[in-house]
Amino acid sequence: MVRLRITVHGIVQGVGFRPFVYRLACRCHLGGWVLNNGDSVCIEVEGEEPEAYEFVNALHQEKPPLAQLTGVSVDVCQVKGEAGFVIKDSLPSQGQVPMVSPDIATCPDCRRETLNSKDRRFQYPFTNCTNCGPRYTIIKNMPYDRIATTMTEFPMCPVCQKEYDDPADRRFHAQPNACPVCGPNYRLINRNSTEVSEVSIPDGKNVFIETKRLIAQGKIVAVKGLGGYHLACDATNPVAVDSLRRRKIREDKPFAVMCGSLEAVKQQCLVSQVEAELLTGAVRPIVLLDKSPAYNLAQQVAPGNPRIGVMLPYTPAHELLLGPDDVWVMTSGNTSDEPIAYEDGDALERLNPIADYFLVHNRDIYRRADDSVVRIFSGKPYILRRSRGYTPSPIHLAQKTVPTLACGGELKNSFCLTYGNKAYLSAHIGDLENLATYNYYLESIDHYRRLFNIKPQIAAYDLHPEYLSTKYALSLALPKVAVQHHHAHIAAVMAEHGLYEPVIGVAFDGTGYGTDGTLWGGEFLVADYYNFTRAGHCKYLTLPGGTKAVKEPWRLAAWLLYELFGTNLTGLRIPFIRDLPNEWPLIMEAAKKGINSPLTSSAGRLFDAAASIIGLRNSINYEGQAAVELEMIAGKTTGNPLPYSIIPGTVKQLDFSSSFCALVELAQREHSKDYLAASFHTTIANAIVEMVQLINSETGIGKVVLSGGVFQNIRLLTEVANLLQEKCLRVYLPWQTPPNDGGLALGQAIIAAEKYKRS
Amino acid sequence: MNIGDRILLAHGSGGKLSHELVTGVMAPVFDNSILAEMHDGAFLNIKGVQLAFTTDSYVVKPRFFPGGDIGKLAVCGTVNDLAVSGAEPLYLSAGFVLEEGLALAELERIVASMGLAAAEAGVQIVTGDTKVVERGAIDGIYINTAGIGAVFPGVHISAGRVKPGQDVIVSGCLGDHAIAVMSERHGLTLPAPVVSDCAPLAGMVKDILKIAPQVPMLRDPTRGGLATALNEIALQTGMGILLEETAIPVRPEIKAVCDILGFDPLYLANEGKVIVLVEKQDTEKVLAAMKSHPYGLHSCVIGAVTARPAGQVGIKTAIGGTRMLDMLTGEQLPRIC
Ligand SMILES: [Fe+3]
Ligand SMILES: [Mg+2]
Ligand SMILES: [Zn+2]
Ligand SMILES: [Zn+2]
Repeated sequence: MVRLRITVHGIVQGVGFRPFVYRLACRCHLGGWVLNNGDSVCIEVEGEEPEAYEFVNALHQEKPPLAQLTGVSVDVCQVKGEAGFVIKDSLPSQGQVPMVSPDIATCPDCRRETLNSKDRRFQYPFTNCTNCGPRYTIIKNMPYDRIATTMTEFPMCPVCQKEYDDPADRRFHAQPNACPVCGPNYRLINRNSTEVSEVSIPDGKNVFIETKRLIAQGKIVAVKGLGGYHLACDATNPVAVDSLRRRKIREDKPFAVMCGSLEAVKQQCLVSQVEAELLTGAVRPIVLLDKSPAYNLAQQVAPGNPRIGVMLPYTPAHELLLGPDDVWVMTSGNTSDEPIAYEDGDALERLNPIADYFLVHNRDIYRRADDSVVRIFSGKPYILRRSRGYTPSPIHLAQKTVPTLACGGELKNSFCLTYGNKAYLSAHIGDLENLATYNYYLESIDHYRRLFNIKPQIAAYDLHPEYLSTKYALSLALPKVAVQHHHAHIAAVMAEHGLYEPVIGVAFDGTGYGTDGTLWGGEFLVADYYNFTRAGHCKYLTLPGGTKAVKEPWRLAAWLLYELFGTNLTGLRIPFIRDLPNEWPLIMEAAKKGINSPLTSSAGRLFDAAASIIGLRNSINYEGQAAVELEMIAGKTTGNPLPYSIIPGTVKQLDFSSSFCALVELAQREHSKDYLAASFHTTIANAIVEMVQLINSETGIGKVVLSGGVFQNIRLLTEVANLLQEKCLRVYLPWQTPPNDGGLALGQAIIAAEKYKRS
Repeated sequence: MNIGDRILLAHGSGGKLSHELVTGVMAPVFDNSILAEMHDGAFLNIKGVQLAFTTDSYVVKPRFFPGGDIGKLAVCGTVNDLAVSGAEPLYLSAGFVLEEGLALAELERIVASMGLAAAEAGVQIVTGDTKVVERGAIDGIYINTAGIGAVFPGVHISAGRVKPGQDVIVSGCLGDHAIAVMSERHGLTLPAPVVSDCAPLAGMVKDILKIAPQVPMLRDPTRGGLATALNEIALQTGMGILLEETAIPVRPEIKAVCDILGFDPLYLANEGKVIVLVEKQDTEKVLAAMKSHPYGLHSCVIGAVTARPAGQVGIKTAIGGTRMLDMLTGEQLPRIC
């Protein structure tokens, strides 16, 4: 006889781990108990020695699909003579950081039940089990128990309770377990909050049929889902999509769609095996796919874009709403720049001018979660927006940190809390300048601190004095560590790969505040966690009109040409010149005199300027639009590298003025835009690689990190990564965090913790 | 906030760093209950008489600009600071620091302009001082003025009286002064001429206070503009302020220049505007009084005091969202990554 005390760390709560332990203990004829203990699961088993150890092995081998074990400790203790095995009540958290599972898309078993007319959960939109369903968005506190979730309002009926209590059942201790008898339900209401009268069947199932009918009629319906409200309409109906754009005040930015089946996705898009797996998996993010030749959605869904963001149903309600052939626009329920609506009162008010009808339910969303956005790069998911399905899974660090709050950037903000060797990067928050988003930011920091029971000892923040996250950090009564923007971009990638030795970091993005007070953005850093040196950067350019130049790429383009050709630029035979606004000489004059014309080494702005000179667009309607369109038009066209130069020195500079000169000449000889865009990409890629090689030959460092918003450009990323690998350099990319500022906070946290440790 | 170890130009820009310089370096040393009020002027009770007292130094480049000069500015600035303290400006002092080599004709022009402005404002310049420094030590001429005024009976301008529900009125179009000075300084040829709004507001403020002595707050949105002035009010009162973007008056020609140069008019300096906070029931009559005054023709309500966001200023944009209108630490620098 032996008695073992086993402690299991990892994602072990809310994933059916305890019922699994129960069944396993029964199979091995062991007595004892299991309980959730804040952050971990505690088990004591007693029985014959071989069977006890078989049990320990099987914990690893047979664990439920969603469980992730990060640590299992086994101690031998005094035999007590316990025969039966029981599941005990949870213990309150004891100052440790609990693991909280992300929300999980409906599993095949639950889906089958929802669609089976014989099942008691037929057409029940809240069907879930220990393998799927809401977690993060409904949990108020830890430990994870029904009473600590928004499901506490719905006492289980006897049948559900029986499932919940039966260790052999798939719903054993499934905290959000519910059925049509006892659980939450949907209602369909109009703008005046009155029930839509056509719905006659009392059990409410018909609201889905009615919603489908409204969508088919071209109506816009606000649909309450898992992490917030969506705005839905028929993606094949140009009138509906058009009016959604107008009401949402969203000019060009593509809408995401939800398809009723993988087959429907394949009808519209080219879908690889990896993409299919991502679409149908447990996370079910929005996946950016290439449109297929048979693509036939309304033009306004993703205007002028060869790609579209697609997701598959991830709740039973979605399954009930979308037939296999249906394709709906499913865009987040907000007006431009506002955070997604998730509280019913707020949603009814804010979405009232947009939606004709509201499909609402009475299970509160405790915490927002936007849909995550992912693109496939080199056969792997490359995260562009990290939210539902990913958060709040921690990123594992190779080293322990002091508890740190990293406050993140300004746009695409997310923050990060660390504890020990885990980093909790928050869900996508958004653009902090928006007041509602800023409040969401403050609220979320508070939620995360409570949920994970982390009391940060230090605060990390960006050097930019005007970031609202910086101002927030500076208002905290904690020791503070300022972190340079691009250093943070690079360190975030180092952290996820556990890189401790110095790397060559290529941080290419829009702009970030530099240590010299200028705006950086095309940076080559030699960096470790503690510090960095700026080994090279793109040559400084003047941004005529500051922020205005970001929204109007033609300004930098004009400045570049003005520098090259002076006032002779008016003689250039390219459409760009014809389209120059009348006030361009005044803007050049102001730039020359340094009026609101900051210097920048931004790489993102180079792409903007190229897009403008080529004639793609002179002003943008959403962040990064010009650069996105340059990538789209380059497509897979083969280009030829344009001339550029590297100005030597301890801090080398990449000078692309000759590239722009060549671009203009090629444009004058009427080369296609595709070719020009492709050549520009190849030029930047070659220049990056040449610069990295120079730094490599001087430092001997062979590990190269690529990050920053510019590396959302897959065409550029592919060229750079391939060339670097050809030169036998090792390339590290952000896989667990977005390359854009959504991943910034992780880097801030790890740098601040290191600086604090060494101070 | 770490104010750094050297004085930067931004410390004088009227934004967050200026604010922190004053609260971090000056206020702790000079510490007294009058200074602690942190209004543009100090309130003094001398033998039962309520006085307002204020001072300002003028270093504007260039010395002459469309709509005014450094002399007019030196008088109007101090007069306006007294007026927004709820006082009738009475006496000014004038201190001149002159650079060796300054043309006497220029000085005469400046002094004449001070005389005119003082006459219009109904103040007398009763004491003064002149220093000359060697060539290159300063740029031409700097002027300091201080002023005292008598607080109108029954008027009590105070942060503590600002409450949710009160309306925010501004007396006219924003940004004229900053653009006029900037275009003159840099020799820019603007599409349309722009003239500084530099003006003494004592008369208009007197009219406001005559019909609504209970007005809780007056402020002149000078350096740092409307945004900074309102942020100061929000910070001092702990209240929020919510503005309507579409209601904020900006001349089309100023808007056009701002679009061209990338400036936000809400952060641009004014020298002849006043912000008035009023109880809702007083809004109409105060507006009417302001509009009947030549310096207040374009007065309008631009927003209201709210309980939330506490201590912050928000602006409802034309497309629906509410943007934070923050106090800038320094210059308007892009934040877009
Ligand atoms: Fe960035
Ligand atoms: Mg003043
Ligand atoms: Zn399930
Ligand atoms: Zn039930």
